[in-house]
Amino acid sequence: MATTTTIVPSAGPVVGSRSFLSRLREGDEIARIITFLFAASVVLITLLLVFELWQGSVLPRHKFGFNFFRTSVWDPIFDQFGALPFIYGTLVTALVSLLIAVPLGIGAAIFLAELAPPRISDTLEFFIDLLAAVPSVIYGLLGVFVVIPLMREYIQPALKNTLGFLPFFQGPMYGMGFLTAGIVLAIMVTPYIISVSREVLLSVPRDQREAALSLGSTHWESTWKVVVPFARAGIMGSIFLALARALGETMAVTMVIGNAPVISASLFSPGYSIAAIIANELTEATSNLHYQSLIELGLVLFLLTFILNGLARLLIVATTQRGGGMGNA
Amino acid sequence: MNSRLRWRKFVSRFMLTMTGVCALVSVSVLFFILGHLVYHGGTSISWAFFTKLPAPVGETGGGMANAIIGSAKMLLLATLIGVPVGFFGAIYLAEFSGGTTAFVVRYAADLLNGVPSIVIGIFAYSIVVLPFKHFSTLAGGFALGLMMIPITLRSTEEFLRAVPTALREAAMALGASKWKAIVTVIVPAAYRGILTAVLLAFARVAGETAPLLFTALGNRFWSPGWNQPTDSLPVAIYRYAISPFEDWHRQAWAAGLVLLVLILVINIVARAILSRGIAVPRS
Amino acid sequence: MKRIAVLLLAALALALAGVVWADSALLINGAGATFPYPIYSKWFDEYHKTNGAAQINYQSVGSGAGIKQVTEGTVDFGATDGPMNDDQLKAYKDKHGSAILHFPTVLGAVVPTYNIPGVTTPLNFTPDALVGIFLGRISKWNDPVIANANKGVNLPANDIVVIHRSDGSGTTYIWTDYFSKVSADWKDKVGKGTSVNWPVGLGGKGNENVTGLVKQTPNAIGYVELIYAVQNKIPYGAVKNAVGEFVTADLASVSAAAAAASTTMPDDFRVSITNAKGKGVYPISSFTWLLIPQKFTDASKRDAIKGFVTWMLADGQNYAENLSYAKLPKEVVAKELTALNKIQ
Repeated sequence: MATTTTIVPSAGPVVGSRSFLSRLREGDEIARIITFLFAASVVLITLLLVFELWQGSVLPRHKFGFNFFRTSVWDPIFDQFGALPFIYGTLVTALVSLLIAVPLGIGAAIFLAELAPPRISDTLEFFIDLLAAVPSVIYGLLGVFVVIPLMREYIQPALKNTLGFLPFFQGPMYGMGFLTAGIVLAIMVTPYIISVSREVLLSVPRDQREAALSLGSTHWESTWKVVVPFARAGIMGSIFLALARALGETMAVTMVIGNAPVISASLFSPGYSIAAIIANELTEATSNLHYQSLIELGLVLFLLTFILNGLARLLIVATTQRGGGMGNA
Repeated sequence: MNSRLRWRKFVSRFMLTMTGVCALVSVSVLFFILGHLVYHGGTSISWAFFTKLPAPVGETGGGMANAIIGSAKMLLLATLIGVPVGFFGAIYLAEFSGGTTAFVVRYAADLLNGVPSIVIGIFAYSIVVLPFKHFSTLAGGFALGLMMIPITLRSTEEFLRAVPTALREAAMALGASKWKAIVTVIVPAAYRGILTAVLLAFARVAGETAPLLFTALGNRFWSPGWNQPTDSLPVAIYRYAISPFEDWHRQAWAAGLVLLVLILVINIVARAILSRGIAVPRS
Repeated sequence: MKRIAVLLLAALALALAGVVWADSALLINGAGATFPYPIYSKWFDEYHKTNGAAQINYQSVGSGAGIKQVTEGTVDFGATDGPMNDDQLKAYKDKHGSAILHFPTVLGAVVPTYNIPGVTTPLNFTPDALVGIFLGRISKWNDPVIANANKGVNLPANDIVVIHRSDGSGTTYIWTDYFSKVSADWKDKVGKGTSVNWPVGLGGKGNENVTGLVKQTPNAIGYVELIYAVQNKIPYGAVKNAVGEFVTADLASVSAAAAAASTTMPDDFRVSITNAKGKGVYPISSFTWLLIPQKFTDASKRDAIKGFVTWMLADGQNYAENLSYAKLPKEVVAKELTALNKIQ
């Protein structure tokens, strides 16, 4: 090929303006193929993962069908497996964690986005990001040695004395259980709510706030009644993200939840979560049905987090684009 | 009128103070965790902790040397798997691909990112441990590497995209072929961001425990090569924390401190790299 | 760029070094019961010191996992306190084409251990009391069924916190095997096995976690191997045996439980000695077994394991009593040495 080409290749991904041979010779086609293979491998691995989960749970899907989600008996001796206690435990602990984490997280995000001067906001956000990086097993460690005794000796009795008429706070107090797991999870997911909500709140255009203030609202009113609703979708998205994280947590939960497949209204009761039972029983499930039932639980967890993550992303993107698109004053 | 306004102002001050309290509570958790680990684990960190193997059950004086090395080996393997796939995949997405392929790859990466770590463990167990008939460092590193891929991929892609088109066009104008432009101009321009992404992905998987339960199992001795079970810091913490032995509890605290300090340091360094020099001006 | 290339090369070099270093030690992997973990970890440590060639890495993950993983072939040997049943043996044979053998290693006891604030004297438990507690029928410590066997002890009116195993456990097998023998109710409702559908209670992972939970939770009761209660200085009770005596678990009472079985030991060594008749017998005793494949593809592994078992049956037994496990009866040892020859 001549050393000078008459056509200037375009800068973007489209490379159709040069011949295949010239691209090959200049190494671009090889580069394209190599990088394509790596990118394709990501897709292939993901497909393989979904396939393994689906294939690996064929026995219980055929044997139990939808009853898998309605039965609460988990009996390896009589080969009866029902997912209800684990789904219940997973959802209850996630719910408890959100009840704590959402007010705390949104409150902190409002502070960071609205009140704090930029440098303080950035510094605090830095610490929040570090908190998000703390691994699950460390939360579990603190859960076992700090949270459980605290729950058993102070918090659970206090709750029982004041709110004991509610079915949630009745029954024997072990220190472990749904409430403890929910509290530990709350600490773990709050950073996610804070960092995403803060970004979303920061992206709300200033004219919204200023319009509210100019109409005579107090700072809080403008925040709570104008800015936050504007960013509502994104904040919802952050909650979904947090929820997805809470659902999939394994170590911290199994160390404090009590590992008993129980469905109980009382939050003091021990329980079980999907991730915890998989962690405890996968390597020892002797019958095929037992093993595959655990895989089916994994599939359920995967689907739940998949849907939540997808929704979260949509909501967050929608909000930040909306804020950016409307322009700043 | 006035009293109503006073009330609204009071509410405003009160609620805003509460948000400050929320922020304070959230941030102080980090220092609480760190403080606790330093207090309980600091006294147990000793030379023995870093150099000795575990002692038999009920005896004191063992260490976690093999767990530390085991973690290091698996993280190395995870990086060797996760970083190239993420890096080159991101180059494809940012430089070569068309719209649909890019969408599919990104979607798959996001899906993979959202998979709970226990499910990654199931996957690694069924495609590495069972066929090879071995719990191994390889299986553990594979599981961790899978978790690094999507983080590295998406972040690298973003930083590559943020490189201004002007730089690309300049390279082309000087006669560079596409791959040369990528290697000599674009990647170095995004270098800081990519390094940050890699470090953050590394820190993220360094603390993962669940996938290792089914893949690396555990090992009371040194784990030779790559095809044998191995101990790791997070799994050792878990095992020791739920045991009844005081000595093991102390070691769990110490290990927790080491692990957390490692992760925090990597996080801080990564953010420092990113913030210090933006070689990539935001376009 | 150059720095990255250098780093990558260094990483590659390390990786290769790891592969080369692979063959420097013969590593044998085993997994299974937590019941004998204290003595096994001691044994494998000592054996490695005296016979440096082989390192035996034993992971205490529960008998259920031990059975499963040795059947899958991901570990070289397994360990369990609940012998494999015929279905499991068949599954192994179908998968590997050869059999798997049980080798008893020591005798141990499963004791009811508890943490009752204010109670320091050892309690007496009748079979009815234990079954009632674990069925959830007896929910307070001062229930008459418990109190009647413990006259003079001030039992509080606190709720009992039941702690069982969350993982597949041979200790559970021994405990529920005993329960099934003394209570038709238990046998019908729950049955015996390494993993059962517990009517009440919290789950702990391994003997270790159950001990930890009992230690930290007031009003708790759990079942653990004797040495775990002893090492952690938590109280454990005496159990009423088949002839009506309240017996505390110790070397003598456990050995007495095995006395009858030692002469009638079946060839495959699978036997249950719970609720054995005789004076001075502790009723919740059991052998614990190593699960060793009959056929090995790797000769060096086979020899190493055979060597270990031979050592274990001789010198190894001397470590048992220090850790509150009872030695194997002489007849059983002799029988095992003969059975070792079956391994190829």
